[in-house]
Amino acid sequence: MNKIRFALVAGAVLCAALAAAQTPGKIKVGLMLPASGTYASLGNAIENGFKLYVAEQGGKLGGREIEFAQVDDESDPAKAIDNVNKLLKRDNVDVLVGTVHSGVAMAMAKVAKETGTPLIVPNAGADAITGSMCAPNIFRSSFSMWQPAYAMGEVMAAKGYKNVVTITWKYAAGDESVRGFKEAFEKAGGKVVKELNLPFPNVEFQALLTEIAATKPDAVYTFFAGAGAVKFVKDYSAAGLKKSIPLYGSGFLTDGTLEAQGADAEGLLTTLHYADGLNTARDNAFRQAYAKAYKTQPDVYAMQGYDAAQMLAAGLNAVKGDLTKKAEFEAAIEKTKVDSPRGPFTLSRSHNPVQDIYLRQVTGKENKVIGIASKALADPGRGCSL
Amino acid sequence: MDLATFLVQCLNALQYGLLLFLVASGLTLIFGIMGIINLAHGSFYMIGAYLAYALAPIVSGAFGGGFFATLLSGLALSLLLGYVLEWAFFSFLYDREHLQQVLMTYGLILVFEELRSLLVGDEVHGVAVPELLSGGVPLGGLMSYPLYRLFISVVCLAIAAGMYFVFTRTRLGMMIRAGSTNREMVQSLGIDVTFLYRVVFAAGVALAVLAGMIAAPVSSVYPGMGNAVLILCFVVVVIGGIGSVRGAFFAALLVGAVDTFGKVLLPQAAGVLVYVLMALILLWKPEGMFRTG
Repeated sequence: MNKIRFALVAGAVLCAALAAAQTPGKIKVGLMLPASGTYASLGNAIENGFKLYVAEQGGKLGGREIEFAQVDDESDPAKAIDNVNKLLKRDNVDVLVGTVHSGVAMAMAKVAKETGTPLIVPNAGADAITGSMCAPNIFRSSFSMWQPAYAMGEVMAAKGYKNVVTITWKYAAGDESVRGFKEAFEKAGGKVVKELNLPFPNVEFQALLTEIAATKPDAVYTFFAGAGAVKFVKDYSAAGLKKSIPLYGSGFLTDGTLEAQGADAEGLLTTLHYADGLNTARDNAFRQAYAKAYKTQPDVYAMQGYDAAQMLAAGLNAVKGDLTKKAEFEAAIEKTKVDSPRGPFTLSRSHNPVQDIYLRQVTGKENKVIGIASKALADPGRGCSL
Repeated sequence: MDLATFLVQCLNALQYGLLLFLVASGLTLIFGIMGIINLAHGSFYMIGAYLAYALAPIVSGAFGGGFFATLLSGLALSLLLGYVLEWAFFSFLYDREHLQQVLMTYGLILVFEELRSLLVGDEVHGVAVPELLSGGVPLGGLMSYPLYRLFISVVCLAIAAGMYFVFTRTRLGMMIRAGSTNREMVQSLGIDVTFLYRVVFAAGVALAVLAGMIAAPVSSVYPGMGNAVLILCFVVVVIGGIGSVRGAFFAALLVGAVDTFGKVLLPQAAGVLVYVLMALILLWKPEGMFRTG
């Protein structure tokens, strides 16, 4: 009896081993996104977008099945290194995708640079990721802080404004946004007369709004996101400044926040690499597919997740799913032209999208496109030696 | 800074200070009189803001709406919440060490945050300013001062006056003050201290919830909004002197002024000025400005 049992077990093990050897292994994608906290809904949209594209390809990229390992990064930079290592060492992922928070993404980039694991950043806009921290294996499917800000500098200069006040939180993203704006605006002859800051994430704006009123600039440029953006837009309007001093901002001022901002956001102009009402065949198809799969409309984050998957596909297709051909894989992503819902884009030498930045106006609950603020805008990739 | 701007900034400082007082007053009641370190106080503020957001459609369905009807129903709910919480959790904490109080109330923060995430989600929401108060008072050339902010200030002043009256002029206030000094003695005089404390705690919760509801239209409603407020509240309570409502009032005004003018005059240090102020005052008066008893 014992012998028979041994034979059966041995046979089963052998069969399983053979089966495993015959199917080409899956590619394991490590999704490191926020699943809790303020950015949870953003992380969810990115994940949905990424998985939508993989599903559209029949669950396979480059002929190999895609499986996922996931970690909630909690948008906490202090835990970032631990979390990346969980994906790399515990789950043995082949590719890293993440994340929303710039501080966490920088930690991911640092680890990716050391280990050589391919990393695609689907949101975090810190200039350094495709600047001083750039590497052959680090790519971004979203934008750099510099891009929408620089485009807005051009737009506001073209509108003839001379004196502008900027206001933002005193932290990396805010500083980078204001710097990008200032670069374009002052190059075109304008002047930033005052840079107002408040500590992140303080939302008591009243004192600084009074400062703006006292300075009487031609217009105001701002970078705020999330709850801060909601409160700033409402306070700006409540203080009566909206009708006397026009407010402009980087697109996150009015993205995902319009329901909460209500009428106070109506008419605001912002710049971003995505917009509502693009009405291209590509974007319509994406929006329909996404709405069908998830019963909700996609946003800029979902689009970035979708494109991250497209970039990965470009690389994997070129090497037929063989990630050991590292240089070929990286070169293929670098050279690809991504057929994005935002409009086709290529990658700069530092691996950031070279893309059109749209000028959008808030109409009802949408950020309607009203034109292109800056065509095929490439981040300068300062500090990158690729 | 010219005179007009300076005066507007003073108004900003006053208004911010009064709102801080409203949130901190509940904390000083619970902390000072009942001796409980209640870290969950910020959560009550958050609950208030979310109540203002979530109750509005329900109330408008049931009673035909109105901001003030929402406010009243929110207040009633918060009194109930406070009463139940005291009965279920806080009544076990009076004789425990501070560390255990901190652990339990910290646990409550996590529970409330998670419940909020499950019930309402993680999005940012806005609450409309009531029609009646949506206008502004023109100030100088460009600016106008939102009427609603003035309304907040009036409500805060009314509550400050009301609390002062209850504490110093009524029998209830006398019993509360006595209870905070010597619980056993008050009990032996035939006063039901357990019930008294339950009421005080419910009132403390109601004050925080009221602050959240009133602030919701200007602050918007978002996850984690209670945490920032909590820290400032502790600063106010500690500067004012633990347990002193009068102290909390003046401390809140002081913090409001330092924060407002700090942002304008010393923007690089705006984040730390309030804490520097706290350190200085504690060096000068380790018990806070108006420590009672």
